[in-house]
Amino acid sequence: MKIWIVLEQKDGELHRMSREAIAAAQGLAAATGGGSVDAVLLGGGIATLAEKVAGGYALGSVRVADHPNLAAYTPGGYVAALSAAIAAAAPDWVVFPHTYQSVDYMARLAQGLGAGLLPEVTAFEEDAQGLLFSRPVLGGKLVAKVRVRGEGTMLLSVQSGAWAAESAQAGSGELVTLDGDLAAAKPDREILGVEEVGGEQVDLTKAEVIVAAGRGVGGADKMGVIEDLAAALGAEIAASRPVIDNGWLPRDRQIGSSGQTVAPKLYIAAGISGAIQHTVGMKGSAVVVAINKDPGAPIFSLSNYGIVGDLHEVLPALTKAIRRAKEL
Amino acid sequence: MRVAVCMKQVPDTEARLRVHRDGSWIDEEDLAFVINESDEYALEEALRIAEKSGGEVVVISLGPERVKEALRKGLALGAARAIHLKDEAFLGGDALATGKALAAAIGKEEFDLVLTGSQSDDVGYGGTGSVVAGHLGWPHAWLVMGIEIEEGGAHAKVTREMESGLNEILRIALPAVFEVQAGINHPRYASLKGIMKAKRKPMAEPTLEELGLNPEGVGSAGSRIEVVSVAFPESGAGAEIIEGDPEEAAQVLVDKLRKEAKVL
Ligand SMILES: Cc1cc2nc3c(=O)[nH]c(=O)nc-3n(C[C@H](O)[C@H](O)[C@H](O)COP(=O)(O)OP(=O)(O)OC[C@H]3O[C@@H](n4cnc5c(N)ncnc54)[C@H](O)[C@@H]3O)c2cc1C
Repeated sequence: MKIWIVLEQKDGELHRMSREAIAAAQGLAAATGGGSVDAVLLGGGIATLAEKVAGGYALGSVRVADHPNLAAYTPGGYVAALSAAIAAAAPDWVVFPHTYQSVDYMARLAQGLGAGLLPEVTAFEEDAQGLLFSRPVLGGKLVAKVRVRGEGTMLLSVQSGAWAAESAQAGSGELVTLDGDLAAAKPDREILGVEEVGGEQVDLTKAEVIVAAGRGVGGADKMGVIEDLAAALGAEIAASRPVIDNGWLPRDRQIGSSGQTVAPKLYIAAGISGAIQHTVGMKGSAVVVAINKDPGAPIFSLSNYGIVGDLHEVLPALTKAIRRAKEL
Repeated sequence: MRVAVCMKQVPDTEARLRVHRDGSWIDEEDLAFVINESDEYALEEALRIAEKSGGEVVVISLGPERVKEALRKGLALGAARAIHLKDEAFLGGDALATGKALAAAIGKEEFDLVLTGSQSDDVGYGGTGSVVAGHLGWPHAWLVMGIEIEEGGAHAKVTREMESGLNEILRIALPAVFEVQAGINHPRYASLKGIMKAKRKPMAEPTLEELGLNPEGVGSAGSRIEVVSVAFPESGAGAEIIEGDPEEAAQVLVDKLRKEAKVL
């Protein structure tokens, strides 16, 4: 098997998930005959990083595309550069970290190449019929097992946290230039700038206790139970995305992949199902408490304590119990 | 502006899910379906763009008979027409197969803009809109949190979500495909008048032949991946579930947080 990995970098630094994806690609290589993994690194002015990668990880080669057209990420530039190289080398697998950047262009790349697409893989196993991949479906409430069929290159992305970055094997790889005409890899969008969402950010990363509201709260007019509990605990209020999307709280209180990443002493998740895009932002919390009416909600699997029930009954009771405890 | 919106119908997030007897997918019998969340935001954005520029919105959905309900809702909210890709052969596709069929339907007409949601709340491949763009040869952007059509309609200023609370501001040539993220706007509700009017609005059902597609190239047959089973995840260590009525459970929890976890 010929396995490639496309590393993501920004400003000369590898994306955190690139290392996880190296671990996944190395694992895939080991499971499919033990070949080496070839890495691809795209960007502008990335010579130093390329050397670091080539000297840091057990890779067959590090194929570098270093060109002003690729200095800022655009799907036009990236798809053109990668298409030519992938079409020429015809790897069986091309592994990507499942980042907002990869998702933006992977499907487009697959379509153009006539390759297959398998996004958001969290594990793989082997059975009599070959490889079986796991990926979350229905907001992480279920896990699907997926098989690949047909011929030709498959593009696969690896979900955050599924492989440990530390398990990426150290070693080295040969530094080479990625094949193809990079002058023809033209950006298809103009980047006007970058801004912080919601302007001035409330910094939730310093909070010791966070009470987080989910869609299960049920409305802007029903947030009182969250506010009361937060007041009793001296906690900051945060939320999952739908709460913000619905306008029940401002955008700068969002926790998750598009919001803030927090690791308080205590995180109380009320009416939150526990989708990966939320949990990446809070799974570092020391103690997690989940309150949810659905005993099967994925949030329970990464919580220390759980109460199954209606949050509109449980939270007021909890507020009262905390007030009582503080009076002692 | 003529804007096409691709919408998918997915299980209601509130619904209690059960795995089907054969284990291959969830049991869809008696399951409530709704328009995919980010697609609803895409539709609202399309309606606003069309209203501002004096154009029309066409809603498109690929799926079984039940997706007519989603399309009718789109019509009730203000779309002018609907297109339903309902042939059995279209169903069960991955992002590449579904995107191909949608692009064939869209390519039959002249649109200035195509909007889709960013990701479906069921299989969540997150690439269907990009595949549509690829077939049409148009630029695209995924995870769009703002669209401003420039004067003259040749370009759009697009806000794209990045990780960790940052947005990227882009300028992209039209026609294009934008994959809209939930939260871009506040979707409207259908009016009674809208619902009545929707009944008379046209709903086309193009066939494979009309779209120039082969059954082997679309749907499940045209897909490189196949979901063979679904299951509830193993919960690992998991939470210690505290039983009792709310008052009791709350008291036990507070005691544990103080004495066991020592965080209060
Ligand atoms: C690219 C992308 C980026 C995203 N970024 C983020 C992000 O940064 N942050 C984020 O949070 N999400 C993000 N999401 C969305 C994420 O995928 C989930 O949709 C979201 O986290 C779900 O929020 P929720 O748990 O509040 O709602 P739901 O999944 O709808 O869950 C609601 C929960 O409340 C429970 N409930 C309902 N009523 C009650 C009640 N009365 N009492 C107790 N429990 C009740 C239900 O059982 C359910 O478990 C992103 C999605 C995408 C595609």
